[in-house]
Amino acid sequence: MSKTLGFEEPVVKLREKIDELKEIANNADVDMSDEIETLESRLQQLESKIYSNMEPWDRVQVARHPSRPTTLDYVQELFTDFIELHGDRYYGDDEAIVGGIAFFEGQPITIIGHQRGKTTKENIRRNFGMPHPEGYRKALRLMKQAEKFNRPIICFIDTKGAYPGKAAEERGQSEAIAKNLFEMAGLKVPVISVVIGEGGSGGALALGVANKLYMLENSTYSVISPEGAASILWKDASLAKQAAEAMKITAGDLKLMDIIDDIIPEVAGGAHRDVLAQSKSLKKFLGLALDELSTLSERELIENRYDKFRKIGEYIELED
Amino acid sequence: MAIRNLLSINKKKNKGVIVDRNKENSFPADLMTKCPECKKIYLTKELESNLKVCPKCDHHYKMTAWERVEIFLDEGTFESFDENLRTSNPLKFPSYLDKIEVDSQKTGLNEAVLTGMGSLKGEQVVVAIMDSHFRMGSMGSVVGEKITRAIEKATEYELPFIIFTASGGARMQEGVISLMQMAKTSVALKRHSDHSLLFISIMTHPTTGGVSASFASLGDINIAEPQSLIGFAGRRVIEQTVREKLPDDFQTAEFLLAHGQLDAIFHRKDMRDKIASIVKIHRKGGIVHV
Ligand SMILES: [Zn+2]
Repeated sequence: MSKTLGFEEPVVKLREKIDELKEIANNADVDMSDEIETLESRLQQLESKIYSNMEPWDRVQVARHPSRPTTLDYVQELFTDFIELHGDRYYGDDEAIVGGIAFFEGQPITIIGHQRGKTTKENIRRNFGMPHPEGYRKALRLMKQAEKFNRPIICFIDTKGAYPGKAAEERGQSEAIAKNLFEMAGLKVPVISVVIGEGGSGGALALGVANKLYMLENSTYSVISPEGAASILWKDASLAKQAAEAMKITAGDLKLMDIIDDIIPEVAGGAHRDVLAQSKSLKKFLGLALDELSTLSERELIENRYDKFRKIGEYIELED
Repeated sequence: MAIRNLLSINKKKNKGVIVDRNKENSFPADLMTKCPECKKIYLTKELESNLKVCPKCDHHYKMTAWERVEIFLDEGTFESFDENLRTSNPLKFPSYLDKIEVDSQKTGLNEAVLTGMGSLKGEQVVVAIMDSHFRMGSMGSVVGEKITRAIEKATEYELPFIIFTASGGARMQEGVISLMQMAKTSVALKRHSDHSLLFISIMTHPTTGGVSASFASLGDINIAEPQSLIGFAGRRVIEQTVREKLPDDFQTAEFLLAHGQLDAIFHRKDMRDKIASIVKIHRKGGIVHV
């Protein structure tokens, strides 16, 4: 079912060995339960050791795992009566972004998220989760609609970036992203954004001007992909692993920099191992955030968002 | 407007000024300049006194931030803000601070943007002028902070905000903090806009990436200089992605204008007059409701 990632190979190898031993024990009708038990406890230790010491590059691999839950996976687990709403009303419907309305624990809500595919066919339809301007304009349309009906907005961020294409430039990729940053600043309803996979550059930020910003433990948020950074910094894309460290792109890094509000823990080995359990912990965070934000007035929500982004930056102020 | 001799002004100000020109195109003692567009050779002095626009083909050379101040604002009215901010190298990138220091020396700026207040044909305005000679005009914390403070000052004093953009985008060495400057400047512009104040964005060569995808595109009026490169993604990245030949004029100001992405393109010699007119048109605040 799920692809093995390099760093988890020792775990997979040991698990295979245990299965092999069980098979032998069964066929030969000998008692090997002691040996199996020893190996299983070693497996547990190994798992907790490996999964609690993940390097940034390991997390990049998990964030990009083909089976990693997408926006629509979480929509199914977290909301009821979801109705997808399509189109930007100007040009088309960009399926790299999905949006719609639903209930969250009885509360009407607007949901918007980048949408990757899990199969090649779906990825082509979804353009690998890389939006065109019409995707961002659809997102903005749904945000303004949410504002009109006083619904909170939940955004799921999961994109390598806005699509770098000819048509995207012709239709104003820059303007579409910029306009979202600008308009999200003024929304009179609570906005919560969660990075669930890759948060790639401006194309991710365009769903990210929120009151509460969370990252799943193994997600990433960056100004450029590790490969891109490596090829610019060291003229060698194969140094992506080093770039992933240098660029500080993990949830832990962003929490330290005080850019995100919290890290949402993942099930051991990554969200793809148990979508249900992952959705439960995600639901808890969303519920608490909504409760907290519901106490703020329209003006306070806007000021809260202003202050949140206003303070980001690291610089030295010399005495004159 | 009076076309002032930039050479003498620059000497007077003693601000580091780079004359933009390829090394191989340089002639002894920088007396002569060869236009990279039309290949015509003329006196450098002639170019300087022509607002750094090729007298033969209208090619707009890059300008330094201080040169823009000189040709755009009323003489002696500019007051610079926040020259005391410096990057703190938040990601601890080796040799980053050295590069900043070199560009600081070269340009006489503390960062890739010069901000301040001045008057434009008698109208008080807040300006931010990016300088691509400083780390390719890329935006890190200090650029984001200086622009945000300038916008906030414009909001506080109820003044128009005018920006000249020139940037390769977000600054890699400051990682995701650079990315967040796009949001920071945008929320500040939203507040400025909510006070019914005017923001004019003037895109100059080049304006790409995260700068293009934030404040540069958010003007009430979006202007560009002729032939400027303006776009979100880099041409090479797009060519690799779509595997097709892009038109020669792809991502030029003229291309954007044709695709409805700009209000107008102004020649450098008209910039001051036309922007001043736009500011004046907005001063009275529209019709009076009875
Ligand atoms: Zn020329």
